Amino acid sequence: MADLIEKLKTEIIEALNLEDLEPDDIDKDSPLFGDGLGLDSIDALELIVLLEKNYGIKLQDPKEGKKVFFSVQTMADYITANQKN
Amino acid sequence: MEAYISGLGNISAQETFDNFVFLENIRKLDAPLTFCIEPNYKEFIQPIQLRRMGRILRMGVTAAAKCLKDAGVEVPDAIITGTGLGLVQDTEKFLTAVIENEEKFLTPTSFIQSTHNTVGAHIAVMLKCNNYNFTYVHSNISFESALLDSMMLINENSGLNILLGGLDEITDTYFKITDKAGLWNKYNPEEQIPHIPEKAIAGEGATYFVITGVSKPENYAKFMGVSTFYKPKSTGGITSNLLKFLNHNGLTISDIDLVLLGQNDTNGDSIYNSIRSGILKETNQGYYKHLCGEYYTSSAFAAWLAANILKRQVVPDAVLLKGKQTKPLKKILIWNHFRNINHSFMLLSAC
Amino acid sequence: MLRRVVVTGIGIISSIGNNISETLQSLKCKKSGISPLTILNTLHKDTFPAGEIKFTNHELELLAGGDIPEFPTRTTLLGIIAAKEAYGDAGFKPGASTSVKTGIVSATTVGGMDQTEQYYFDFFISDSHLHYVRTHDCCDNTQTIAECLGITDFMTTVSSACSSSANAIMFGARLIKHGIADRIIAGGTDALSKFTLNGFNTLKILDEKHCRPFSDDRNGLNLGEGAAFLVLEAEEIPVRENRKIYCDITGYANANDAYHQTASSPDGYGPFLAMKKALDMSGLKAGQIDYINAHGTGTDNNDLTEGLAIEKIFLPQIPKVSSTKAFTGHTLGAAGAIEAVFSILSIKHGLIFPNLNYSGKINELNFEPTLELTEGAEVKNVLSNSFGFGGNDSSLIFSKY
Repeated sequence: MADLIEKLKTEIIEALNLEDLEPDDIDKDSPLFGDGLGLDSIDALELIVLLEKNYGIKLQDPKEGKKVFFSVQTMADYITANQKN
Repeated sequence: MEAYISGLGNISAQETFDNFVFLENIRKLDAPLTFCIEPNYKEFIQPIQLRRMGRILRMGVTAAAKCLKDAGVEVPDAIITGTGLGLVQDTEKFLTAVIENEEKFLTPTSFIQSTHNTVGAHIAVMLKCNNYNFTYVHSNISFESALLDSMMLINENSGLNILLGGLDEITDTYFKITDKAGLWNKYNPEEQIPHIPEKAIAGEGATYFVITGVSKPENYAKFMGVSTFYKPKSTGGITSNLLKFLNHNGLTISDIDLVLLGQNDTNGDSIYNSIRSGILKETNQGYYKHLCGEYYTSSAFAAWLAANILKRQVVPDAVLLKGKQTKPLKKILIWNHFRNINHSFMLLSAC
Repeated sequence: MLRRVVVTGIGIISSIGNNISETLQSLKCKKSGISPLTILNTLHKDTFPAGEIKFTNHELELLAGGDIPEFPTRTTLLGIIAAKEAYGDAGFKPGASTSVKTGIVSATTVGGMDQTEQYYFDFFISDSHLHYVRTHDCCDNTQTIAECLGITDFMTTVSSACSSSANAIMFGARLIKHGIADRIIAGGTDALSKFTLNGFNTLKILDEKHCRPFSDDRNGLNLGEGAAFLVLEAEEIPVRENRKIYCDITGYANANDAYHQTASSPDGYGPFLAMKKALDMSGLKAGQIDYINAHGTGTDNNDLTEGLAIEKIFLPQIPKVSSTKAFTGHTLGAAGAIEAVFSILSIKHGLIFPNLNYSGKINELNFEPTLELTEGAEVKNVLSNSFGFGGNDSSLIFSKY
């Protein structure tokens, strides 16, 4: 799980072009959207593609996104639960 | 129709961002393409927004911010933009992704930012400006179209403060493809075989003005008129268009203290050379594309140059092609064309 | 600046007809042009229906006539077809000299991308298709149409996403009011392209079924392609020359939502401002609008926010409202002009066009769109909305002359 969290942080920084951030700057439980990291609806769409491209998971209902993308931890949990190997 | 220039913001291949300094260290352009000298964007744009913005968007937003501050205007009454190419880097990014990924796993950011009105829209969001917002995209008269619209608005309501911009970017990829297609070859109808075409140096820039109908001593200069025409059949056609334009503004050629020509270098082309030794032969002549490069909205750079010349009452030596420093400098004519397709005249006057 | 601007010619091509006559027939018969993609070669052809014009580019060249350049883009071809019809409808032959200052203001979002995307990688490695580099820019359609019609006095091109051609019409009208031109062909054109289809797909706002504007269970938009042009003139000219006049342009406005790049503000402030300013300019009261041709794309966001904005201005008496995008799809840069033509046909023929494929009222709204064709209506004033990405919101008002 810890490896996945670190990997996710790096991928998020790259996908969302968060140039000034290092993985250590992102707390795994802090909200990604709104007051936390300050991401917005366009970033949510980018994360949906990240899930599909890197983990083969297609979000069935984009409205699920709010829960899945709440924090790095919730993303990791979702991936672990849904990834087909 | 007249419009006073009350603010400037210019990011170009020269050091032009600081409004107090005027072309003090002129650099020679890199051939075959030259990029702008870019400021530190972090001083103007929040990191959370900056991270997503491509180069031309950063340039446009920053030059606009500088310009509004210079004019002392917080929210303009209109935002009118000219851009011939729009956002090239984002367009290339999305297009390449579509092709390489065979239409799978595509992400929205570069698509959203590829629409031509993105710069104007972004400025509106940042300023919470709900006012008139237009973008013109017609080759090398994009800025002139935006200027015309701005002047029409001021004619309707002189109290307006309008943010007017001209911007275009160059990328290595865009240059490579267009160079292959011969789009940088200077106008030359008498091509001989074997022929190595003379080429323009490709450039880019983001130049913004605040214009208003209100006269103030701090104003830089004023726009008096703009006119465009398409594929003139002969240099005679250009001369008659010029006379018509001057006449419409109550002027003759002898009223022009300086004409700024859109020729790329001292060689010019057969059209510039013909008019220079024809109707313009008694007029002081200057040029500007050796400073900014060739791009669709380079005439915005020319207008910035003219505004500074009129305010400071001096023509930089590097600009003067023929003639002398006239005092006082009252009227500057700008004439631009590249490859004899779209021509434009702009007239600026000292305040 | 008191010149009245009137419409003297109209021309159109879209998935519901290749000209005005066919288009009117389709509108009257509720015949939608939304269907599976068969011309555009895309991975998604079986997923997303669209308002595709069922002609190849070669067939469009034949429709456009003999005097067109050698390697036209699809966007330019559509523009030529519609512009030629409009010019002819106003009583002019291409190339005929005009005694008045005549110009063209066109609009597009796609430009020549329909060809560029096919040959992009090829540009680097061969010389065979470099002519499409020259036709990529947005101005290509404008310049080509100008040359076809023999228009030389003025030209420019507007691009502001989905409100592009509404803005072109607005600028054309203003040029005439200011005396810079006496006659302007104004409109826009956009062809379907992989670039746009995939772009909209990344935003997850495309419907895999036929779109349902103003329906509670709407699920996104269908893209479309097409072109439309109006011939605008200073009133005194057709009057003096005894030529027909369709209607006046009595109001127009452009406002910016200034909220988000792709979504409208929750209360539809930008759309509200555009409609209100257009109404103010026209001097009409809200109750005098007989029909609103809505932007109505079928997305969650647009239909709700546009609906709220309409209510804010028009309640308690909301006129008949319909979106015609379930007929044509969302034709992007051409939408404003295509729907302007529909608005003009509405006035001319006393028709109000239905909102197709409706499945139930949006919960948050107090009105429903009109579902049936209304005939024999007294249509004096029509409001047409076009709301684009970047919060670019425009409204036009056409009035019976």
